[in-house]
Amino acid sequence: MSSRPLPLDPSIAPPGTRDFRDAGGIPADRWHADQNGETLVPTHCCFCGVQCGMYLRVDRAGKVFGVEPRNHDINRMRLCPKGINAYQQVNHPDRLTAPLMRRSRDEPFREVSWEEALDFTAAEVRRIQGAHGNDAFGLLGGASLFSEKTYLVGKFARVALKTRHVDYNGRLCMVSAAGANKLAFGIDRAGNPFSDILLTDCLLIAGSNVGECFPVMTQYLWGARDRGATLIVIDPRETAIARTADIHVALKPGTDAAFFNAVLHVVIEENLVDEEFVAAHTTGWDEVRAAVADCTPETAGDICGVPASQVVQVARAFAGAGRAMAWHARGIEHHSQGVENCLTVINLCAATGNLGRPGAGYGTITGQGNGQGGREHGQKSDLLPGGRSISNPEHRRQICEIWGIEETELPPAGTSMMEMVWQMQRHEIRGLIGICNNPFVSLPNYTTVKSGYDALEFHAQFDFFLSETAANAHVVLPVTTWAEDEGVMANAEARVVKHNKAQEPPAGVRTDTWVMCQLAQRLGAGAKFAYQGSRDVFEELRLASAGTVNDYYGITYERLEETGGIAWPCPSTDHPGTPRLFEDGRTAHPDGKIHMQVVEWHPPMDPYDEDHPMSLTTGRTVAHFLSGNQTRRLGALVEQTPRPWVEVHPSHGFRNGDPVRVVTRRGSEVFPALVTAAIRPDTVFIPYHWPVPTAANALTIDALDPRSKIPEYKVCACRIEAAERVDEVPAPPVAPGHVAYPAAQVSRTDPLPPTAPQGRGTAERS
Amino acid sequence: MMGRTIFIDPGRCIGCQACVSACRECDSHRGKSMIHLDYPDEGHSVASLPTVCMHCEDPVAPCAEVCPADAILVTADGVVQQADTTRCIGCANCVNACPFGVPKIDLQAKLQMKCNLCYDRTSYGLAPMCATVCPTGALFYGTVDELRAERPGVQVADSFTFGDVVVSTGVAMVVPADKVQWPVPGGLPIVEVNGRAVDQADSDRGGGRRAGGMDGTR
Repeated sequence: MSSRPLPLDPSIAPPGTRDFRDAGGIPADRWHADQNGETLVPTHCCFCGVQCGMYLRVDRAGKVFGVEPRNHDINRMRLCPKGINAYQQVNHPDRLTAPLMRRSRDEPFREVSWEEALDFTAAEVRRIQGAHGNDAFGLLGGASLFSEKTYLVGKFARVALKTRHVDYNGRLCMVSAAGANKLAFGIDRAGNPFSDILLTDCLLIAGSNVGECFPVMTQYLWGARDRGATLIVIDPRETAIARTADIHVALKPGTDAAFFNAVLHVVIEENLVDEEFVAAHTTGWDEVRAAVADCTPETAGDICGVPASQVVQVARAFAGAGRAMAWHARGIEHHSQGVENCLTVINLCAATGNLGRPGAGYGTITGQGNGQGGREHGQKSDLLPGGRSISNPEHRRQICEIWGIEETELPPAGTSMMEMVWQMQRHEIRGLIGICNNPFVSLPNYTTVKSGYDALEFHAQFDFFLSETAANAHVVLPVTTWAEDEGVMANAEARVVKHNKAQEPPAGVRTDTWVMCQLAQRLGAGAKFAYQGSRDVFEELRLASAGTVNDYYGITYERLEETGGIAWPCPSTDHPGTPRLFEDGRTAHPDGKIHMQVVEWHPPMDPYDEDHPMSLTTGRTVAHFLSGNQTRRLGALVEQTPRPWVEVHPSHGFRNGDPVRVVTRRGSEVFPALVTAAIRPDTVFIPYHWPVPTAANALTIDALDPRSKIPEYKVCACRIEAAERVDEVPAPPVAPGHVAYPAAQVSRTDPLPPTAPQGRGTAERS
Repeated sequence: MMGRTIFIDPGRCIGCQACVSACRECDSHRGKSMIHLDYPDEGHSVASLPTVCMHCEDPVAPCAEVCPADAILVTADGVVQQADTTRCIGCANCVNACPFGVPKIDLQAKLQMKCNLCYDRTSYGLAPMCATVCPTGALFYGTVDELRAERPGVQVADSFTFGDVVVSTGVAMVVPADKVQWPVPGGLPIVEVNGRAVDQADSDRGGGRRAGGMDGTR
């Protein structure tokens, strides 16, 4: 190998070495004119549950203009394309900068003053509640909000609106895992930190396309692989992580519980159960053992469409490893038995004694940035702050004391997000405020969603871009992006991290906190919403969670800035946090045991027949996030993945780019084919980030898991047929007076030849 | 041993294009990505690999060798810079000469552009933007020892054969440990010449100069 001189004297460990990188330093005299007077504001990404650290580059005028990698413990300088381009939202031309209002949906929006928009909203709340009762008005929050704001959403609904109808879009994301965690462990969070993956001997990833949905987590997977760990991936598609896995189980969508029951069956048959652990730390084992007695690998192989030998392979690899870990995500949770799917994975971990040790444990990967924190502080219809139950009299009393209200004033549990849409259809809910969500793209069965929202007498949305849902509203209130306010989020490891304010919001934009406080004042609850900002809310949140399972009391802004993140529970300000649960062998149940649950597999809710013989499954692609309201406006990400496609197996005879019509019982749409052998022949896949007429969610079924109320996004029956031409993706809506999106894109066109196939081979190439 | 450089490990790549986005952020060609992300097995697998400029040596990079305007300059530490804007005439000789298909021509500006190893960052000891953000370590910046400390037993190659020509590169490629052969066959196999099919044995001759392996023997 040739020798080449190092650019700098190696004797002094030049910057660029690991030592320098580990110090996270940036030389002060960087060679660039832009660097003059630039400040780097440490914060985190606004997108997924990994919560990578990053610096936002702020120029002398106080505007965010770029991103710089940050050596944070979670991501160690690494970022994915969403994180790199996230800063472009902050001063984007599509930003809403004034409240928009109209009295009926037939009128165009007009820009109005904050005063007028808030007065109109408050008047509509009073009118609807006066005529139809408090519960006729609903509130839908989001899990991309800071924890302080999610706390405020729950409090605003119950104290200011006095309605039981509050829920959030984490209902579409995490609640199956949450339900399973509560049942089995009594505590709802991943058991181990990401860094434990580096210590494991066997890593099982079920229903998670880590490479595309949580790219930065992949470094931990490869790190485990470097050490020789066995990698098992359960996914109908051969994803980037499945491609090089030791065992890839390409099962039929909707059969996860059958598969894991059979794996447990083999573990029992081959005497691989950790009897000592099971006897000491679990309840319900005898029932579970009896229930899986008939779940043979052959039966599961038939149900799942995989060789029976794979069931045995997985069982031996997982149970035979000294330390094994299981992580799962939406792939097994978005089902009408999502909770049960997660329980089968927990049963497997418990039976093999893989919990609460370094490199051995269980985790669920949260999808949204605050998917974890968003469900801890009372945004869910059935929960109060600190993970308290709204139906538990003692819990209700504690919260009423903190909020200064009578217990009779605290409404009972409400309904879930999808159920609220059905209630809108039935005119049981007539008014709605939506905060930080976009159900027109993200909820299943679009036709139902549209008719529900159209039936509303009044609808207000908080957002910083005009989302497809906001474009249908009466009032749109322009709020801040994550870079214009401070607050905390909890990532997939339950590590609470602090986001810092990098720039002042544009003129005319307010924080969600300010807007909720103003509305509360107009609804007569101003005294209970006298917050100056996130910090005040966080102090109340700390108190509200003190002594609960989700204890934030020991976490302060100052500590977060010093440490870079603290995992809850953290009961006191000198407590280091709890990165790994169950180390003392006790769960959060009163008996300290893992409550194993019997699970019986049942087929998905959408039956297959001659007209609908195939499975449709949906998911994300790496360049876009959730409903795409943010990412579909960022040029680089649109260039990377301009439109959705349908992934089909070559056996169907289509060529790349052919228009393929996907038909389900809810409707039909046409997508260009992405022909690949990396998907099961009986399954097709569509990414869901786009609105109609290119929306996967116009086809999906709104069947819910009975326990968690999560929709069954991941499987419905469909057929595919040849079509004439594909529909164009509509441009994202913009406020009146703003540049339409295609015009803004023209200025971005790259005169150079494209360097990569657009959207993984969906360009006109075959 | 090699100095501090980029190591490309296709086995770790997940095709996320973080490197492509990061490259746009690089201050020396802000807004344009110089990375090529390829899907070598499209239709069968999601396999992907990023190609950055390989910063060839031996004795000088082919692109710089054929530049009639001496626009492509090589720094003392072996980094092949993108074309000097005051010299480049946009003739595209470099595009044709590069065996890895790296340089691009901006036809409107009559200007060649390519990766210059983020010289604005590496000259100050920072890693290039692509290798800094790569979520999986498919692009790694450091010395070969740092790489081996992180990934025990990893095999790397820095010479590639194209027909009879062997090209040595400053950027190295991780190769599967069970398929080590020197030099590594580069480019696409030649399947036909003038309408006549060529069998694999002919096209893979690679019988030119023997290039050094990992021990620096050349």
